[in-house]
Amino acid sequence: MPATKNTTPLIKWLFYMADSNLILSQRNSEWCGHGPVLEQDIALTNMALDQLGQARAYYQYIAHLLNQDVQSPEQYTNEDELAFLRDNRAFHNLLLCELPNGDWAQTIAKLFFFSHYQYQLLNMLTQHEDDTIRAIAIKSLKEVTYHVRWSSEWVIRLGDGTEESKTRMNNAIHYLLPYLSELFNPADYELSLKAYDIESLKEKYIAAIEDVLEKAELPIPVSFHINLIQQKGGKQGLHTEHIGFILAEMQYMQRTYPNMEW
Amino acid sequence: MVNPSTISKDELSILLEQIHDPEIPVLTIQDLGMVRDVSWVNDHWKIVITPTYTACPAVDAILEDIGTLLNQQNIPHQLEVTLSPAWTTDWMTQQARQKLKAYGIAPPVEQSDHVCGIQLFQKEVTVHCPQCNSDQTSLLSSFGSTACKALYKCNHCLETFDYFKCH
Ligand SMILES: [Zn+2]
Repeated sequence: MPATKNTTPLIKWLFYMADSNLILSQRNSEWCGHGPVLEQDIALTNMALDQLGQARAYYQYIAHLLNQDVQSPEQYTNEDELAFLRDNRAFHNLLLCELPNGDWAQTIAKLFFFSHYQYQLLNMLTQHEDDTIRAIAIKSLKEVTYHVRWSSEWVIRLGDGTEESKTRMNNAIHYLLPYLSELFNPADYELSLKAYDIESLKEKYIAAIEDVLEKAELPIPVSFHINLIQQKGGKQGLHTEHIGFILAEMQYMQRTYPNMEW
Repeated sequence: MVNPSTISKDELSILLEQIHDPEIPVLTIQDLGMVRDVSWVNDHWKIVITPTYTACPAVDAILEDIGTLLNQQNIPHQLEVTLSPAWTTDWMTQQARQKLKAYGIAPPVEQSDHVCGIQLFQKEVTVHCPQCNSDQTSLLSSFGSTACKALYKCNHCLETFDYFKCH
């Protein structure tokens, strides 16, 4: 088992970043072979791959940090252990990332809300004092830029499409809305790291989201500003019932055949 | 067998030209700009590689290929992967772009700063069809068969083709 006790705020935060990417990657890859048309199936699985790559970069850094403190080589951990052998309470991903894909609109909306958040956050992290975090941020930002454009264009296409697509897009946004407050509800490790200003992050995020919703001719939800309903816990390891199913599928091979390799 | 003290940096660079990207075999890792540094450190060559994308599945294969090649030649070495500075298509050589086109993949036409904006529904750049050279082409999807490619269609010869997108 990975030695994840006594972890520092930095390591907890790295898990937050890694796990959010890994879990959404796992969700998005569920579309592989099921997309509405081939090009969009490929697009979504490409983005799932980007998210997996970004998750790996964080897990590798966590493993590097944890391994600095171990006494003997058999205690060394690695990215695979961190992804495949931790239990759901150890996962710090946003609840948003673990929610079911639902229909196409809901899948789009999840990626839309997450990638805009990443875009603003990574932009801030490109100035971070830690060389590795800065490098990951600069590298990931280029990939996330494509995700932001792709998902936003879909929100507009569906919102400004037919009655049916508009209704579905609107429903998806309202279904996910309660999970957005978690983005800006700082966890203790975020507060102690002081790596970014959450208030200014929130301001930029809402402006970007509202801009797209306006172009999509979708109503802008009031709860953006007043946080009527709040869902939280993911950042602290308290999840929805969905996480267990995701981990069961994702971790099956490594748990059934420990240390297996392709 | 090569005596480690006698191989020069230039010779090592030429040797590394034998390493190809497994996904686009027509290109070497030098063509792509993936080799960031080659330097002699104490008693071995240190070679620094950068991935094209964070999830670039070719990196592990490339590291293995370099290791095998250098071991065969008895060249002491250490391989390192770095994410910084982030890889960009701007580093692709002119020769690489010509090879890509001849291989049937349209080479990147813009500077990478283009992709860093989030303006939506951007005007499509004019990409010439690698088959018939027509500029009457249209974007089918900004995501293609691998992370580095977009999918285009030629409206003249009606073939679809890969575009190595700016990054
Ligand atoms: Zn053509």
